Amino acid sequence: MTAKEISEKVRGQFGDAVKDAKVEGVVQPFIKISPESLLNICTFLRDDAELQLDYLMCLSGMDYGKGVLGVVYNIASITKKHKITLKVEVSAEKPEVPSVAKVWPSAVWHEREAYDLIGITFTGHPDLRRILLPEDWVGHPLRKDFKVPEFYNGMKVPY
Amino acid sequence: MNTPLSNTVITPLKTTTGRPLRTEEMVINMGPQHPSTHGVLRLELVVDGEIVIDVIPHIGYLHRCFEKHAEHMTNYQQVIPYCDRMDYVAAMHMELGYVLAIEKLLGIQVPERVEYIRVIMAELQRIASHLIAAGTYGLDIGAFTPFLYMFRERERILDLFESTCGARLLYNYFWVGGVSHDLPAGFIDKAKAFCSYFRPKIKEYNDLLSFNEIFVKRTANVGVLPPDVAIAYGCSGPMLRGSGVNWDLRRDDPYSIYDRFRWEVQVGKGEVGTVGDCWDRYMVRIHEMEQSVNIIEQALEKIPPGDVASAIPKRIRPNPGEVYVRSEAARGEIGFYVVSDGSATPYRVKARSPSFVNLSVLPEICRGYMIADVVAIAGSTDIVLGEVDR
Repeated sequence: MTAKEISEKVRGQFGDAVKDAKVEGVVQPFIKISPESLLNICTFLRDDAELQLDYLMCLSGMDYGKGVLGVVYNIASITKKHKITLKVEVSAEKPEVPSVAKVWPSAVWHEREAYDLIGITFTGHPDLRRILLPEDWVGHPLRKDFKVPEFYNGMKVPY
Repeated sequence: MNTPLSNTVITPLKTTTGRPLRTEEMVINMGPQHPSTHGVLRLELVVDGEIVIDVIPHIGYLHRCFEKHAEHMTNYQQVIPYCDRMDYVAAMHMELGYVLAIEKLLGIQVPERVEYIRVIMAELQRIASHLIAAGTYGLDIGAFTPFLYMFRERERILDLFESTCGARLLYNYFWVGGVSHDLPAGFIDKAKAFCSYFRPKIKEYNDLLSFNEIFVKRTANVGVLPPDVAIAYGCSGPMLRGSGVNWDLRRDDPYSIYDRFRWEVQVGKGEVGTVGDCWDRYMVRIHEMEQSVNIIEQALEKIPPGDVASAIPKRIRPNPGEVYVRSEAARGEIGFYVVSDGSATPYRVKARSPSFVNLSVLPEICRGYMIADVVAIAGSTDIVLGEVDR
C-alpha cells in the first residue's frame, strides 16, 4: 500500500485522531496523530490484515523548539513491504506519551533512549530508566535549551 | 547443556554430613571488561546455580553523543567521520547510510561509477566485518586458529581500502554526492585477484570451524530466536535472517544499484540444530561472504569510467524537511532519521543502529541457558559497542 492509502485507512478508522497528514509531494510521508489515540492506532496498524506494520524501524525523540517536543515512529511491514511515519507532539511542560512497548517490544530500548536524551516520559513503559547516560546525569542533552554543565561529579566538563 | 534447563527440578544439595545447603538466586556481573563482550558491555546476570534466570544489559560506556555532535557541526559533511566511529569494523556501511539519507534529502543523483565503487566497497567491507564476527566468535568458543586465518584475509581487504583512500579502518571515503578518491590504478585487478583468492578460503573455514564438532556442540540449539520474536524486537541483518526470515534490505528495499546484481539472500535453515540458533546466525554470515564475492565480481566487470566528484555539492543546504533512509549494514538495518531546518547544519540526526536493537533481544534468548552459553549467545549477536552506544 502507498502512504496515501495507509493514511486514508487510518483516517477512516480513527477520524479526528489524525491531526495532519502529508503523504504526497514530500520526501518522507507522515501522519501526525494525537498522543491519546497513539496506542489504539499503533495496535490497529500492527494487527490489521492489510497493513501488518509489524516492524518498528526507528523511534526518535524530537525537540522542535518553542516548548514543543515530539516522537517520530518509522514503521514498516516485513510481509507487505510498505512503510509509514507516525508523529506525535506534546508540550515540554508535560511531555507524556503513551508507550508502544506492548505493541512493538523493540520500542522498550528506543523509548528509554528518547527519555534519556530528550526527556519524554513514556507512560506505561515497563522499565523507564536512563540507558546511555550515567544514572546521576542531570538534564536531557538533546533538548535545544540544554546547557553543558560546568562540573560533573567534581570534574570540570569543558576540559 | 544445549536445552533450556529452567524447568529441571534440582534436588536440594547436602554436605557429606547431611547438612542441607541453601540455594538462592545470585546476581553476577559480566563485564564491562570481559573478553567475550567484545567491548565495554556489562551484563547483569541473575543466576540459579549455573542456570541463567535473567540478563540485564547495561550499555552506554562508549557513549560519545553522536547525535549531539551532529547538531553542532558547521556543515553536513563534517558528520561523516563521526559515522565512521559508530561501527568501527564496518565503517563504510555507516557512511553509506548517512550519505544516502542526505542525498535523498537533497535529491541528488550520483554518477554511475560512484554507485559501482560504493557497492564494491560496501561488499568488501561486509566480508571484512563478517570475518571479524566469525573469527572472534570462534575465539569466544575456544577456537584460536580460525581467528588468525580470518584476520589474514581481512588484512588484504584493508590493504585495498588503504590503497584507495589511505585509511584502514575509519575511511571518510563516501561523501555526499560522490567519493573522496577515484579507484587507484590497478585496483580492479587486485580486487579480482582477491575474489579468486578468497572464494576457496570459505571451504577452509567450514572445515576448520563451522562443522567442527566442539563448535557445533556449543552453538547448535543454543540461544534459539524464533522469527516472530526477532521481528517484534526489531532484529535485522544476520540476526533476523538466522531465524529464517527471508529479509534483506539490499533486495527488499533496494537502494544504490543492488537490483542489478544476481545474488541470493541467505537464511538460517537449522542445518545442525534448530532454526534461529547461534550456529544459524554464524552460518548466515559465512554464506553471505560468498554472496558478497559474487556481487563484487559482477560489479568489477561492469564498472563504467567517469568522474567521481562531479555530483559533490559545494554547499549543502537541504530544504526544510526530513527523511528516514535505511540500508543493509553488516550487522543489520542502519537507519538515519535526518531533519533539516534549511540551514547548513542538520537540525536533528538520529541513528538507528542495528547492534543497539539486536542487543535488546538478548535477555529473551539467554533465559534458561547456562552461563557458558551466554558467551556463545552474546558472541552470535555480533555487536559492536561503538554502534550500540554511539
